Amino acid sequence: MTTPTTLIRQLQAIAGPDGVLATAEDLAVYAYDGTFAEQRPDLVVLPTTTEQVSRVVALAAAERIPIVPRGMGSGLAAGSVPFAGGIALATTRMNRILEIDAGNGVAHVQAGVVTADLQAAVEKLGLFYPPDPSSIRHSTIGGNIACNAGGPRCLKYGVTGDYVLGLTVVLPDGRVLKTGGKPIKDVVGYDLTALFTGSEGTLGVICEALLRLVPRPRFIRTALAEFPSLDDASRTVNAILSAGIVPVALELMDETAIACIEEAMRLGLPRDVEALLILETDGSHEAAVQDEIEAAARICRETGARRVQVARSEAERAALWRARRAVSPSLARKAPNKLGEDITVPRTAIPEAIRRIKAVSAQYGLPVVVFGHAGDGNLHPNILFDRRDPAQWATVEKMVAAIFEISLALGGTLSGEHGVGALKRPYMERALGPLSIEIQRRIKQALDPLNIMNPGKVFPE
Amino acid sequence: MTTTHDHRPPESAYLNCIRCGLCLAVCPTYRVLLTETASPRGRVALARKGLEGELALGPNLFEQMYACFDCLACNEICPVGIRPADLALALRETQEAMRPARWKRPLFRGLIPHPGRMELATLPLRLYERLGVRRLVYALGLRRLLPGQVADLEAMLPRLPQRPLRRQLPEITYPFAAEGVRSTRVGFFLGCAQNVLFAEESAATVRVLARNGCTVITPRETKCCGMPARGYGDGEAAREQARFNIALFERADVEVIVTDCATCGSTLRDYGEILADDPAWADRAAAFSRKVRDISEFLMSLPLAKPAGRLAARVTYHDPCHLRRGQGVWREPRALLQLIDGLEFVELPEADWCCGSAGSQLITHYETSLRVLDRKMDNIAATQAQIIASGCPGCQMQLAAGARRRGLDIAVTHPIVLLDRAYANK
Repeated sequence: MTTPTTLIRQLQAIAGPDGVLATAEDLAVYAYDGTFAEQRPDLVVLPTTTEQVSRVVALAAAERIPIVPRGMGSGLAAGSVPFAGGIALATTRMNRILEIDAGNGVAHVQAGVVTADLQAAVEKLGLFYPPDPSSIRHSTIGGNIACNAGGPRCLKYGVTGDYVLGLTVVLPDGRVLKTGGKPIKDVVGYDLTALFTGSEGTLGVICEALLRLVPRPRFIRTALAEFPSLDDASRTVNAILSAGIVPVALELMDETAIACIEEAMRLGLPRDVEALLILETDGSHEAAVQDEIEAAARICRETGARRVQVARSEAERAALWRARRAVSPSLARKAPNKLGEDITVPRTAIPEAIRRIKAVSAQYGLPVVVFGHAGDGNLHPNILFDRRDPAQWATVEKMVAAIFEISLALGGTLSGEHGVGALKRPYMERALGPLSIEIQRRIKQALDPLNIMNPGKVFPE
Repeated sequence: MTTTHDHRPPESAYLNCIRCGLCLAVCPTYRVLLTETASPRGRVALARKGLEGELALGPNLFEQMYACFDCLACNEICPVGIRPADLALALRETQEAMRPARWKRPLFRGLIPHPGRMELATLPLRLYERLGVRRLVYALGLRRLLPGQVADLEAMLPRLPQRPLRRQLPEITYPFAAEGVRSTRVGFFLGCAQNVLFAEESAATVRVLARNGCTVITPRETKCCGMPARGYGDGEAAREQARFNIALFERADVEVIVTDCATCGSTLRDYGEILADDPAWADRAAAFSRKVRDISEFLMSLPLAKPAGRLAARVTYHDPCHLRRGQGVWREPRALLQLIDGLEFVELPEADWCCGSAGSQLITHYETSLRVLDRKMDNIAATQAQIIASGCPGCQMQLAAGARRRGLDIAVTHPIVLLDRAYANK
């Protein structure tokens, strides 16, 4: 291997003198993502163009150095933690919106564009990029695509992958692959765009994307429903969807989640109910949007809601969503660590899934907060604990396994939108079976024979 | 944030950071440099690793604590209640306790707390302007010969007062014609920068208070609020200045303590916290802090006399970080400006984005400071305002430098100056 100083010089020649970071302090802060997992990279590189990425990866391939792509490091599965060392390749400086083609409804962006920045830019033109992960202001398009991120609006609008028309990817040998294009329909060959979407950086570095935009809905109504019983709240989700209403979002929060938000933000949410549902409808006809939210509110009242309140202003609506987005981080007020799971079950199984998760919490004695995108069956049970206590950590591992079992037993999956990363690897085989794993390994082998692209992620040992 | 006996922040200051990354979205240094190292989350991680022994508590680590602009945006957004900006300040104190920098003691203990010495030290600047040297430098185009950074610093200088305000103001200013109305005894905290650089603004502050029925006490011995010392890790000097000012204003026997400097105000409001562990002073400090009001906040709480005069100008307003987030005051200055007839108020996009001044960042972190300023100036230019108002001397100097760099014809001033002028324009 090239000596580090030579390597640094070569990388600086590609990414510029300030595009390579190597002090102990720099490496220490590129050791983590949005989880508690940590491992320092050997170097950090911050390229600004696809061409620079290509040259960095080619150099790394020649030297057999692992490359771990990352955006803003908000991932919740340790997918960008460089457990095998190597180069942490941060796309944060690839943050240009290259084109907004309003006529075709397509945006061409670099991977490091912050999702909220893209949304703001297209909304100025009356367009809409729907995917809205909770990390919308602190995650990048590249990271969203690599994890096929979801968000509350998935219920009506689908996930990130539903908006990716094409990608520019630097392959593990440094070559640049372009997939897809501006046409919405395209069935020529295998769908490689879909292959890289959700690949968590294991098949290549996503550098640019063509994203589908839709017209911005002109009217939005948001309501908050208070449920004395968590069970009633989870049954309400099905009642609304079965009635033929497709809300933009149907979000559920349990009482612990409510308590944490209130401590953090003091919004005046009720503290004496077991669950809250946030419902939202949108569209281009005001009366239809209003009718839908009222119909949904009626159903809530029939199924046990104590009170349903429709937001009266944009400020009220924004406050509700600020609260919802802050749930996950605000849990840390209760304990030094939290492990946020991401199971997804068929939606009729939600009440049973929540009952069983609460039973796991009672059995093992650590609090589990439940919230999530109830409308699409995606729940985020968060276990609260203190990692410094080895006994607690051992209990957490048992609880995680138990929660995954609940999901699989109910016909669900391990992760709806966070990805596998490193944390869910041990459960992959159980979830997918050996044949699926074998096929996926062969795909990985075909694209990355040297195993330098985010090694040690996704696949079981 | 209080620190323990060995000047280290307590574990609770960082332990529960879950690395969600929310703070990256609002941090000006992160948004321009786009590295984790320059982010609040990164600084919290570095602080923890340093304090827990994983990294050396050495110059590289402390340098990152000085890279923070102390704009407080991370404190505000953190859902866990971590205050990364405060933690960066606390670590600067840790560094000073471990290895005191030799140049700091004379500056933060020998010079800044002594108004007379400060006035003497800034005399050359006043002479530079008053003797016409500045005009000569401009007329001959000599400014272009200065290196970029020095030229920017020169552009920051406001028109300086002939004499520091402390030497002009009486210790007690009586209300103008307030028969029959009970007069509020207001203590005016005259900050250092206002005293020697922006004296006309604070003179306006006192006039407007007096015009609105206040008896204004301006204690002549007032010392620096302590922020410069705190910003450079000399917590003890800051606490000593706090104790001095608390006793001084106790003797003045005032109902409220008003300041027209955002940074002073936010520091004065922190006295209760920085002296919380000092049993002899904790209660007195808390009582002092409860009395502190920004000028705009105090005026808007009064039955304020509507200015009779007009002031025809298109005006926008920049939120000083230490006023908006440090003190929660942002509605009042806007409301105050909108009292003025003829004044066309235009809201500044991203008005609470830091201007990049942060006290001395244009000196210590020139490139980053300018890039933060660039975003501010883009937004200011878009407003097409003729005047930008902002109640902070640091912001005003930075914005003035930004305007001159761009060749923007825009005046920078304190909102109180506009109000004072509207009162005078009968």
